[in-house]
Amino acid sequence: MWTWFHKLASPPHFYRVAGMLIPWFGWPAFILIVASLYGGLVLAPPDYQQGDAFRIIYVHAPSAWMSLFIYVVMAMSAAIGLIWRMKLAHAVAASCAPIGASFTFAALATGALWGQPMWGTWWVWDARLTSELILLFLYLGYMALRASIEDLQRADRASAVLAIVGVINVPIIHYSVVWWNTLHQAPSVTKMGAPTISTSMLVPLLMMILGFTLFFAAVLLIRVRGEVLRRERSAVWIREALSA
Amino acid sequence: MNLVEFINMGGYAAFVWPSYVVALAVLIGNVVAARASHRRAVAEALRRAQGASS
Repeated sequence: MWTWFHKLASPPHFYRVAGMLIPWFGWPAFILIVASLYGGLVLAPPDYQQGDAFRIIYVHAPSAWMSLFIYVVMAMSAAIGLIWRMKLAHAVAASCAPIGASFTFAALATGALWGQPMWGTWWVWDARLTSELILLFLYLGYMALRASIEDLQRADRASAVLAIVGVINVPIIHYSVVWWNTLHQAPSVTKMGAPTISTSMLVPLLMMILGFTLFFAAVLLIRVRGEVLRRERSAVWIREALSA
Repeated sequence: MNLVEFINMGGYAAFVWPSYVVALAVLIGNVVAARASHRRAVAEALRRAQGASS
């Protein structure tokens, strides 16, 4: 187990395996996203309260889920990199940030487009929306911090501390709709017991969430391969890896 | 279901379609940006490897 782990973490081996894995995440993600677009836009019936506006959920909720999930992956990788001085973990953390920031933006933008017809406003400074906006600033702050430090190893360590401290925001976002009185509706999928959403509406949503997650894995691997190269000083394997 | 009805989205077209456009733009943008980032890293690595050998 450990030898396998060390082998995977070795840059040349990782670079090759990651390259092979990308289509295995990318294509299922593509198929799932296209299928759930059809399921969400065509097959699912309109909501009895929100009409067709509820269909925004199929892009809003998966984006919001990704914004949190990617942050947790980023913070955990940063912690592993910091504790075990593992370059690959730092490479993963650094690669997560731009992807996470983009999904946070998507969650905020689609949320505004949903808020306007349902609440009559694009934006309110309530707990859920404000904490999600802070998440966007955490991602951007992390990226700005990295960009401001020339030395890659020092950038890895300094930004890792920021990523780990910022993880406190994740449970705040998740429970904000429960802890505070907010305009944002309570979760309809993860509720204990039966979800408060019908099957024909739920299935495309779950498929889209899975599709987005696999999509993230594929895009992450593309970026991590680049980050691994940036941390590599051995000319021998760079030539080997890139000539193959 | 007819197409006009579908595009009209029960009167919410102005909100439903832009949100799907935003999401798709973010997905496509991620693929483009990740590939560009990898390409840059390859070019830099090759330059370093060349510098080390000469």
